[in-house]
Amino acid sequence: MAKQLTAVLGTGQTHHRAKRTDVSMPGLIREAVDRALEDAQVDWPDIDAVVLGKAPDMFEGVMMPELFLADALGATGKPLLRVHTAGSVGGSTALVAATLIQAGVHRRVLTVAYEKQSESNAMWALSILPPFQMPVGAGAGGYFAPHVRSYIRRSGAPTHVGAIVAAKDRRNGALNPYAHLRQPDITVESVQASQMLWDPIRYDETCPSSDGACAMVLGDEAAGDAVPGGAAWLHATAMRTEPTTFAGRDQVNPQAGRDAAAALWRDAGITDPMSEVDVAEIYVPFSWFEPMWLENLGFAPEGEGWKVTESGETALGGRLPVNPSGGVLSSNPIGASGMLRFSEAAKQVMGRAGDYQVDGARTALGHAYGGGSQFFAMWLVGADKP
Amino acid sequence: MSAAGTEAPETPEAPLSAPLEVGFDYTRSVGPVLGEFVNALRERRILGVRGSDGRVHVPPVEYDPGTARALTEFVAVADEGTVLSWSWNAEPLDGQPVTRPFAWALIRLDGADTALLHAVDAGSPSAMRTGMRVRARWADEPVGHIRDLVSFVPADASPEPEPAPPSPPVAERGEGEPVSTVITPITLRIQHSASPEESRYLRALAEGRLLGQRCPVCGKVYIPPRGACPVDGVPTEEEVDLPDTGIVTTFCIVNVPFLGQRIKPPYVAAYVLLDGADIAFLHLVLGCAAEEVRMGLRVRAVWRPREEWSTTLENITHFEPTGEPDAPYESFAHHL
Repeated sequence: MAKQLTAVLGTGQTHHRAKRTDVSMPGLIREAVDRALEDAQVDWPDIDAVVLGKAPDMFEGVMMPELFLADALGATGKPLLRVHTAGSVGGSTALVAATLIQAGVHRRVLTVAYEKQSESNAMWALSILPPFQMPVGAGAGGYFAPHVRSYIRRSGAPTHVGAIVAAKDRRNGALNPYAHLRQPDITVESVQASQMLWDPIRYDETCPSSDGACAMVLGDEAAGDAVPGGAAWLHATAMRTEPTTFAGRDQVNPQAGRDAAAALWRDAGITDPMSEVDVAEIYVPFSWFEPMWLENLGFAPEGEGWKVTESGETALGGRLPVNPSGGVLSSNPIGASGMLRFSEAAKQVMGRAGDYQVDGARTALGHAYGGGSQFFAMWLVGADKP
Repeated sequence: MSAAGTEAPETPEAPLSAPLEVGFDYTRSVGPVLGEFVNALRERRILGVRGSDGRVHVPPVEYDPGTARALTEFVAVADEGTVLSWSWNAEPLDGQPVTRPFAWALIRLDGADTALLHAVDAGSPSAMRTGMRVRARWADEPVGHIRDLVSFVPADASPEPEPAPPSPPVAERGEGEPVSTVITPITLRIQHSASPEESRYLRALAEGRLLGQRCPVCGKVYIPPRGACPVDGVPTEEEVDLPDTGIVTTFCIVNVPFLGQRIKPPYVAAYVLLDGADIAFLHLVLGCAAEEVRMGLRVRAVWRPREEWSTTLENITHFEPTGEPDAPYESFAHHL
């Protein structure tokens, strides 16, 4: 049986900040949810089910937060599911919500993801050392920095490419009223002058720690048809997983990501992603992951992603604008970061991206990855029905 | 914030196990609704919020459980009420409201329609019954925290002779500012067990040996051994002694200090691929300037004095350059 057509009816997000001490966890979530309901022009009785995602519970110290969030999520009397795939969770949560519509089970599903990082310290939470181990772990940056070094060595990329990404994404973030970091005056030179944190990753090439949430309302074909100005239609979705470590694993260009992208393009009927996709929101928490994922996703041949970045093709106005919203480098409420990528892709094809709208965007990619580059989630949305 | 210490196994074959304690003082921003509640507690007042159906919820809920609407109409309720149900807690744990045995009770305060979960300090279970009347015992110096309500006591109990325990600390705030954040300490105490294969590897480390396992299908050598090959999904049983020399495949220089860090930055965290192994593990590289560490650098283990060895990879303090020529990139490119 064919999947039911599925559309994004509306999106919402919080103003992301280092500390949103003005709101509780439920209050933070509702800021995004209320905006999504308004954007979708629906009310609580229209929502059939709720799908929630967030990253590890250690970040807020609340086990199974979906229990105490049920009333804030309007889930009374409705199915409430929680999804967990580390940093990619915002993406996989949206995809789980989408399957409920694709399967014909529900007409409208609210999907939500959040993180309130200020309630603890993610670097601490990601560096907890079990007994018998060597205490060399240093958070996500410490995990990914050696693999970034491997990419630079393997591709022969000039060392300033990371700074190009960082300067671009932060300047894009300055166009986004919801972004945590808004730095219109940042330059490649100022990024290169910033402190080296996890050599080869500098301070300005690193995502911030943010409090924030993102929400979307997904709907079936009839609901999508009713969206004024047009919904964002799902053309294809893909998720793939692989173990964190095994002998011979390609940590720079993981197989699971390549497989997910190949399935996505196949299902969407895309043969040349670089020509056929108008804009991409890619999960780039450290600057170098832009060229790495350009290759992993098939936008560039292996070893040549950095050339696309260096040529300026990923900037606003370029051939494939990447992260016009400012991306993870501008806002990183971890659990929500993936859903932000998915919702920003939807906003582009709905023509609702404001000052960072890519002219004429008809087809957009939303992408997320998580764990030790082991969970991948992505969707391709379009202004037209597939 | 975490501590590890090995325990002697009961038999040589028993898997190794050690305690792991994880704790953090989480900071909860209370937001406008719970903020009203805790700041009223500071004034020895208890507030509820009126729901869409007219019921008064205590403690206040931010969103109506039926309609999901934001709730904003606060209602003062009494600090006396009725026990709707209860359960005797004969062995209180650290951090619970009362140190002697007490009852956990659902208490409907006068003026409220929902029950508040709190402790009733009644002395003995025979003093407890459903329907009994209780009143709040307040902290001597309320700070704006649910623990300003020290406990509830039977309504007819005589006044407490002892001073009430102090309320827990709240987060720093400006003079005269309302409480916006409360501190919630959370601690997990875990007994962490190594697998049988990892235990054999750790016991070999205690003898100064590096023990791996070879997959019978792909022939790859894993250290630490896992008991199964993650690629082929078959058990691994053949053990392989590995030398304490190898190469750095890739690395980073950690310059950033963070909470719980156990090595002073800057330090080089490197993937070390032992000669004969097919997977690298993270370790420290010292013995040269950080900027001289290279991909392909030949290194050897530097062991602690033998009398300090135990069942941990920390028996190797770090790896240092051997002075041999670097391994060519092509020889380890497939390990990146």
